[in-house]
Amino acid sequence: MNQYPLWKNLLVVIVVLVGALFALPNIYDQDPSLEISGTRRASVDETTMARITQAMEKAGVEAKGISSENAKLLVRFLNSEDQLKAKEAIADELGTDYNQALTLSPDLPDWLRSFGAEPMYLGLDLRGGIHVLIDVDMEAAVQQAVERNSGDIRTLLRKNKVRYVRVSREGEKVVIKFNDLAKRDKAEQLIHSEFRSLATDMSDEGGDFYVRATLKPAERRAVQKFALEQNITTLRNRVNALGVAEPLIQQQGERRIVVQLPGAQDPAKLKEILGATATLEYRLADTEHSVQDAVNGRVPPGSKLYHERNGQPVLLKKSVIVTGNQIIDASSGFDQRSGQPMVSVRLDGPGGNRMRRVTNDNVSKPMAVVFIENRVVTRMVDGEPVKHRTKVEEVISIANILEPFGSRFQTTGLDTPEEAHDLALLLRAGALAAPIEIVEERTIGPSLGQDNIDQGFMSVMIGMALVMIFMAVYYRVFGLVADLALSMNLVLIVAILSMLQATLTLPGIAGIVLTVGMAVDANVLIFERIREEIRNGNTPQASIQAGYAKAFSTIIDANITTLIAAVVLFSFGTGPIKGFAVTLAIGILTSMFTAIIGTRAVINLIYGRRRVKELAV
Amino acid sequence: MQIFKKTTNFDFMGGRKTALIFSAVVILVALISIVARGLNLGIDFTGGTLVEVGYHETVELPKIREALAAEGFSDATVQHFGTSRDVLVRLAPKDGADSASISTSAFAAMSKLADGQADMRRVEFVGPQVGDELTEDGGLAMLYALFGILIYVGIRFEYRFAVGAVIALVHDVIFTIGIFSLFQVEFDLPVLAAVLAVIGYSLNDTIVVFDRIRENFRKIRKGSAIEIINASLNQTLTRTLVTSLTTLLVLIALFIFGGEIIHGFALALIVGVVIGTYSSIYVASTAIIMMGISKDDLMPVEKEGADIEETH
Repeated sequence: MNQYPLWKNLLVVIVVLVGALFALPNIYDQDPSLEISGTRRASVDETTMARITQAMEKAGVEAKGISSENAKLLVRFLNSEDQLKAKEAIADELGTDYNQALTLSPDLPDWLRSFGAEPMYLGLDLRGGIHVLIDVDMEAAVQQAVERNSGDIRTLLRKNKVRYVRVSREGEKVVIKFNDLAKRDKAEQLIHSEFRSLATDMSDEGGDFYVRATLKPAERRAVQKFALEQNITTLRNRVNALGVAEPLIQQQGERRIVVQLPGAQDPAKLKEILGATATLEYRLADTEHSVQDAVNGRVPPGSKLYHERNGQPVLLKKSVIVTGNQIIDASSGFDQRSGQPMVSVRLDGPGGNRMRRVTNDNVSKPMAVVFIENRVVTRMVDGEPVKHRTKVEEVISIANILEPFGSRFQTTGLDTPEEAHDLALLLRAGALAAPIEIVEERTIGPSLGQDNIDQGFMSVMIGMALVMIFMAVYYRVFGLVADLALSMNLVLIVAILSMLQATLTLPGIAGIVLTVGMAVDANVLIFERIREEIRNGNTPQASIQAGYAKAFSTIIDANITTLIAAVVLFSFGTGPIKGFAVTLAIGILTSMFTAIIGTRAVINLIYGRRRVKELAV
Repeated sequence: MQIFKKTTNFDFMGGRKTALIFSAVVILVALISIVARGLNLGIDFTGGTLVEVGYHETVELPKIREALAAEGFSDATVQHFGTSRDVLVRLAPKDGADSASISTSAFAAMSKLADGQADMRRVEFVGPQVGDELTEDGGLAMLYALFGILIYVGIRFEYRFAVGAVIALVHDVIFTIGIFSLFQVEFDLPVLAAVLAVIGYSLNDTIVVFDRIRENFRKIRKGSAIEIINASLNQTLTRTLVTSLTTLLVLIALFIFGGEIIHGFALALIVGVVIGTYSSIYVASTAIIMMGISKDDLMPVEKEGADIEETH
């Protein structure tokens, strides 16, 4: 007789119950919500909640509920119009001290929440949002490191009174030219002992003597690793300042960073902020030399020629007082006297000290603020991608130092309040260690995301209905059992996706659809075997037994090979393709459980305990 | 209900020469098309920018082309996408412009045309360097999948089965890609994923047939290899057809209701499932016959078959 031991029946029941429990959160609506979090200057507390409630009352928006969690406030709304209206009202009330992010949050009952059950994590193509792949210019990172070293080498040689003709940078090498062999050798020794991170080689060319220094491989790797990590930190800061819920910032490969911002609505703005490298430098103006001479090509050593935004040439000292890296906080506003947009800046300890010393020594002399921006753009030249690097350096303000100042001061000279606001944001977030370039962007508008969900859901349901009807007609009672298993399979896939919080994408839904079609394969194999056994004259019970037993190894072999394809897809694919591979793999595993063990349990329940003359298969 | 009242007795292998010629011709046509016409590669592979805009009312394409040309996008391809209110625009990299900002200016131009009555539905921008990498990775993925399968089937069955399975898979992949080349259907990243899934599906089919062939080689004492393979194909025929049918049912549902974005994906799978069904019957089995499989190759060593006999 066909009977399962108790533990097997229990296993099926438990799996079904747990699956149903974890799949359950997905049937609840997702409320449009606002996530409000504090910044460095303010944190979320009772008063914030009161202010928000008041602001919404004034604007006539009703919230579905407010809750606080992990130093964040979550405000739910009945619809997205209320959500957007409230966002404006709250922004007016709280100002820039708080970050607001639009998000969706499921309206789960408390008992379900207490299990830690959550709905599936929807990918960007389903919920809308922006995905960008950022390439970090590693070559530029190395070149910058070499550039820094060339300055230090100059200082070293001067300090030791070794006369050189020229120190310059060629690609990733510092080239130092000498007209005397002894000096060259001495310089090489000095560099060798002082700069552990540099490898040197020497050459003689046409009566001149050269030392070429370049980063050692280990050092080169360290520089690149640092550049990547620093850039990830900076991008994370910037994204947080922009206010997006559940942002994802992740390294991909050796030189790429993925940024995913669900629900983000203004891709143009996002790209601008993410890709921006704007920073500031403070320098003293060179008042001892003639600007006109410099324009004509005679730039005095130790100075550099810059231009103001209106094109006016300015001569500034080469040595920098402070750079953007030393700025620890910045906010934008308007200058009280002139009414111009301004950025007010706070420096770190060393930066503040240096600024105090320099301004103290140079009262009534002019100081300039230089705005610096690096851009990398890849263009196609003769079918080959070529990187163009450009550096914009503009003097945005130049003014006499009225009195010495330290770590807090203001900078004016920006064109618009928006520019001041963005610059403050960038200064707060920190500079990028190496220029970046957006090499891939995928933005899905919210309307398309919803369409994708609806169409995906529709095709799963219709596809499944067709298969179920076919199975019921073709295999009768056994077909209905297979249909039950198929429904269970879908519940289990949803449950596992929810548990793993794996990202569900549109190709992922396609993967589910495909699994639905293929999941019945195991049952088809088993049922055809049972029919065969019956045709061969075996008893119904023996046929069931033999059908399941004989089909088993075939099912395993067939599924493992499909699994291999899914694993390859997963390891090579990006974003959406990974989603397809994940659902395909999960579907294969769950379908083996439901189609083999699940159907057997039910078949045993129906036919197992009695004498059967004929099977409805 | 049953497709066939009793186990069928078609002489599949008798038609193997016809099938061989058919497959050879089809594959040759597919290969010629792939080489000569190439694939209509999507921007995932070529790089470029794609913008999908949803207008609130029906729009005419020439107006959009004009608006884009005024912004300097004279080489844009503009087409309706799904409905007459949805417009899909493909842009080649524009000289001198920051490639990442192309989409922004293109959408601005398209939105202005309808006085802002337009939603940005989708923007995809792929840099040229990324496209190249993807093409390479995609090709590699396909090779790795085939290689993994070769090894698994080689271990579980015998090397001739492994080679036969892989020949059938390559046959299916070339056919599917050939269809995309012949009709110049856009080949994008989801289609590549679908082709890889076709590998999985088609193999699934082939393995079921092979499994039965192996079982019968051990069980049936009399008869030539061709006779046994014929019997095996007939025994698994209903299953092959039923599973292909259920899979096709859901794929057709996906094709019709899944939206425009998923069309290529669903199409690749539909083509792949149909050809995969054919190849598991004709190509894989013909291949192992041509490699001279015989009963002795499967008899003594392995034990899986014996296990099944015992549970009887």
